[in-house]
Amino acid sequence: MTGIRLTVNGTSHELDVEPRELLVYVLRERLGLTGTNVGCDTSSCGACTVLIDGESVKSCTMLGVQADGRELTTIEGLATSGELHAVQQAFHEEHALQCGFCTPGFVMATVSLLEENGSPSEDEIREGLEGNLCRCTGYHNIVRAVQAASGKEVPA
Amino acid sequence: MSAVEERTFVGAPIPRKEDAKFLTGQARYVENLSAPGMLHLAVVRSPHAHAAISSVDLSAALAADGVVAAFSAADLAEEWGGALPCAWPVTEDIKIPEHFPLAADRARYAGDGVAVVLAESRAAAKDAAALVEVDYEPLPAVTDVAEAAADGAPLVHEDFGTNDSYTWVLQAGEIDEVFSSADVVVKERYVQQRLVPNAMEPRAVLAESIVSSGELTLTTATQIPHLLRTTLSGVLGVPESKLRIIAPDVGGGFGSKLDVYAEEALALALARRLGRPIKWVEERSEGYLATIHGRDMVQEIELAATSAGKITGVRAHLTASMGAYLQLVTPGVPLLGAWLYCGCYDMQAYDFSCTGVFTHTTPTDAYRGAGRPESTYAIERAVNALARELDMDVVDVRRLNMIKEFPAPIVSGLEIDSGDFEGALDRGLEMLDYDAFRSEQAARRESGDTKQLGVGFSTYVEMCGLAPSRILGAISYGAGGWESATIRFMPTGTVQVMSGATAHGQSHATTFSQIVADAFGVDVEAVEFLAGDTAVVPLGMDTYGSRSLSVGGIALYQAAGKVVEKARLIAAHQLEVAAEDLEYENGTFTVAGTDRAMTVPETALQAWTAHNLPDGMEPGLEATSVYDPPNFSWPGGCHIAVVEVDTETGDARVKRYIAVDDVGNMVNPLVVAGQVHGGVTQGVAQALYEEAVYDDAGNLVNGSMTNYLVPSAAEVPSYEVDHVAAPSPTNPLGVKGAGETGAIASTPAVINAVIDALSHLGVTDIDMPASPERVWRAIEEASQ
Repeated sequence: MTGIRLTVNGTSHELDVEPRELLVYVLRERLGLTGTNVGCDTSSCGACTVLIDGESVKSCTMLGVQADGRELTTIEGLATSGELHAVQQAFHEEHALQCGFCTPGFVMATVSLLEENGSPSEDEIREGLEGNLCRCTGYHNIVRAVQAASGKEVPA
Repeated sequence: MSAVEERTFVGAPIPRKEDAKFLTGQARYVENLSAPGMLHLAVVRSPHAHAAISSVDLSAALAADGVVAAFSAADLAEEWGGALPCAWPVTEDIKIPEHFPLAADRARYAGDGVAVVLAESRAAAKDAAALVEVDYEPLPAVTDVAEAAADGAPLVHEDFGTNDSYTWVLQAGEIDEVFSSADVVVKERYVQQRLVPNAMEPRAVLAESIVSSGELTLTTATQIPHLLRTTLSGVLGVPESKLRIIAPDVGGGFGSKLDVYAEEALALALARRLGRPIKWVEERSEGYLATIHGRDMVQEIELAATSAGKITGVRAHLTASMGAYLQLVTPGVPLLGAWLYCGCYDMQAYDFSCTGVFTHTTPTDAYRGAGRPESTYAIERAVNALARELDMDVVDVRRLNMIKEFPAPIVSGLEIDSGDFEGALDRGLEMLDYDAFRSEQAARRESGDTKQLGVGFSTYVEMCGLAPSRILGAISYGAGGWESATIRFMPTGTVQVMSGATAHGQSHATTFSQIVADAFGVDVEAVEFLAGDTAVVPLGMDTYGSRSLSVGGIALYQAAGKVVEKARLIAAHQLEVAAEDLEYENGTFTVAGTDRAMTVPETALQAWTAHNLPDGMEPGLEATSVYDPPNFSWPGGCHIAVVEVDTETGDARVKRYIAVDDVGNMVNPLVVAGQVHGGVTQGVAQALYEEAVYDDAGNLVNGSMTNYLVPSAAEVPSYEVDHVAAPSPTNPLGVKGAGETGAIASTPAVINAVIDALSHLGVTDIDMPASPERVWRAIEEASQ
C-alpha cells in the first residue's frame, strides 16, 4: 500500500492504495464516488472522465498513486447546492442522454472542452469529444447540448 | 371547456424527468451496488474456439490470497434444475444443444466459461482465475457461417451429425411461375457481418440469498426481469415465489441484455451454495466474448420483375450463424425479418427460407432491429440492383412498387395496418433537393474530383411492437406478447404507475407519465414510474422489439380508463347525481350544465378514507390492465444518406442523413428523435465501421474497443429528422414502435450511397463495413 493525498470535489483525503490501483477504482471503491463509470478496459470509451487540476482525464488511464497531490472534480462535484451546472442543464434540455452511462464522462469532457474553447464550432465539438463513446444518442443531441452550454444558438 | 386549465402532455417535446440522477452521478447501475459480505466472481474462459477439456485443476487458485472458493463445471452440476433456456424452438425438428452455465468436457467458442473463482476482492478473483489450470486439447474450429454449413466442416455439436440447427420456410403465391415468366430477374448475395452490441454499461450481476428459506434475489443489468424470473427459476430449480429479479438503472441494451446468461445463473447458484452475496462485473473485453453478438448471416435474394420495373416476386434464402449455442431467442432472430423481404412493395409471390447454423463463435441473438435490419438491407439493395438492371432511377422503381393503400395485406401473409410510404419519400426528396444533388454529383464526376458524392435511399417498413400472443404461439415462441400496467392513486393525489416494460435508456418514466398526466389532468411530476423489480411489478413481458409504448403504453392507457370509470362512480356518489350525468374532461367530473365538479385526485382521497363510498365499492383507486395487441406495429418511412467517397483512399463519410419516419402519433417528439439518432448511428456503424473478425483458429481478432470501431462523434454528421404520421388504427393512441427504425432503415441507405458515388466507375457491390480498404479495392477491381 502507498499513502496518497488528494482533493476531490473540494474535500481532501489521505488514502492508502495499492500501487496497481487505477484512479477510477480509488474514486469508486475507496471514496464511494460511483458516478464515474467504467465502460471499457482499454481507455477507449471515456465514461470515466474526470477533471484533474481542471483538465479532463480518463481516470482509468492513471494510477491512483499518480493523483497524489492533485485536485480532482468528479460528476458528483459539478452541481452546487442542487443547481445543475450549465453543462448538465444543457444536456437535460437538449435530451443529450438516454441510458445515462456515458453521461458523466461526456459532461466532464464538455466542461473541459468549453474551458479551452468557449465557442467551439460543430466540427470542433465533434473532434473535441471523440475520446468519449455513446451508443444511445448518435451524438446529435450531445453536440447540440455543448452548443447550448457554450451560449450558441442551437440549430433547429 | 373545463374549469381547470387545459394541459396536454402527450405530443409535447418535454425534457425527461429521469435525467437528474444520471446527470449528477447518482444512478444505480449494478456495478455501483454492493451487499455486506459479498464475494467477487471471476469466470475462467476458454482461449480456444474448440477444445476437449480433460481436466480442471483449481488448487493453485484456491491457495491464492483472498480466494474463498473455486469450482469447475462438474463441481456445480448438481446446482442446475435445467439448462440455460432457448425460448424459441422455431421448428419441430430444431436441434437445440444442452447449454449449461459452464462447459464440462468441451469448449465450443473462445470465451466459453469453464470454471469460476470467488474471492474477497475483484482483483483477487481475477488474479486467481489466471491460476486455474485447464488441460485443453485444441480441435478444429469453424467460425464462418458459410463454411460451417458446408459438408465436412468441423462439427460444433458432434451428436447432431451436422451444423444445421433448423430450416424454416415461408412461401406464398405461385413463386416458380412468377420467376419463370419474369422479364427480368436480379440475383444478389449479401453478407451481414457479425456485430458486437456494445451497450455502454457492461453486464453486471449481484446475487443474494437467504439460505434458510431458499429465497434468492438477483440484481442484474437486464432488459427482461420478468422473463428472467420465469426462466431462471427453472435453471436454478427454485419456485418463482422464491426468486426476485431487479433491473435497476441499466446502461443500454439493444438486445444484448435480452438474454438469460450463464453469469446470472452462476451468481445465484453460488450465492445459494456459499450463503454470501456474489457480484460479477463484466470487463469490456470479456464482454466481447461473453455477451451475445448480432447479425452474421449470408443472404441470397432474387427479384422477379417486368421490363417496366414492376416487381412480381421475391426469393430470399438466409444462412444464419447461431454461434455455438442457442441463447434465449437466437433461432428466431433471423425470422423477425422473414415477412419483410418484400419491403414496402406490392408483389404476388414470396419464397423465404432460413437455415440456422452452428459455428464455434459467441452465440448470436437479438441486436437492435433483430432480423429487420437484415431484411431491409437485402430488399433495399436488391431494388437498387433492379433499377440498375433496367436503367431506371432508384426513386422511380421504388415509387412504382410501393404499397399505397391501407390497410394492406402483404404477400408474406401479414397486414400492414397503416402507412404513408410515398408521403415519406416525397418529404425526403424535398429535404434532399434531389435534382440539385444529382447536378452537383454530375459536376464532380465531370471534373474528376477525388471526392465523389453518392446518394442512397431506403424506403422501408418494419414490424415491431412484439407482439400478438397468438401469432407468437403460431411461430413457436415460448411466451406471450402482452404487457401489463397498474395505476394506483395515492391519498394526496399523486399516481403510482407500475409497468411490466422497463427502461434502459428509452425514457419510459417521462413518456408513460405523459400518458397518465393527460388521462387524469395531473402534472407529469405527480406520476411515479415503477418498473424493473418483480417484487414491485409482478406481471410483465419486458422491453425489446420496440414494444414498450405500442403494447405497454396501451395497457397503461386502458388502466387509466378503468381508473376514471371507478372515479366517476365515486364522484357521482359524492355529488349525488347519476354517473351518466357527469361530463369528464381533463381530470375533472362536472355535473352537466352546472359548476359542481370533482377532480380525480379528489375522488382518490375519498377512495382512500373510504368514509363515504357507494355501497359495496372496494376502497382504493387503482386498476390493472393487460393488453395483447391484435397486430404488430408497422412503422415505415424513407431514409436518405448522402456520402462523400475519397476515390484515392477509399474513405467514405456520411455528409447528410435524412430520416423521414412514420411512427404514428408521437408521445414525446424529443424522445423519438433521440431514438432515431441513436438507431441511425448504429446502422451507419454497421455500414461503414463495425465488424467482429475471427481468425482461422477461431480467436476474436478485434475483441476490444481499441480495434472494434464503435464510431465517435467525429465519424457521424448531425441528422435531419422529420415525420409523416399515419396513426395506427390498431391501438387507441395511434402509436407505433420507434426504437429500432433507425437501425433498420439505415444500412442500405448508406451502402446504396457509397455504391452510387462510385457507379460511374463501374462499382456495383461493396460489402459491409465499407471500410477504406474495401472501397478502394472495389474501385480498383472495377477499373480492371
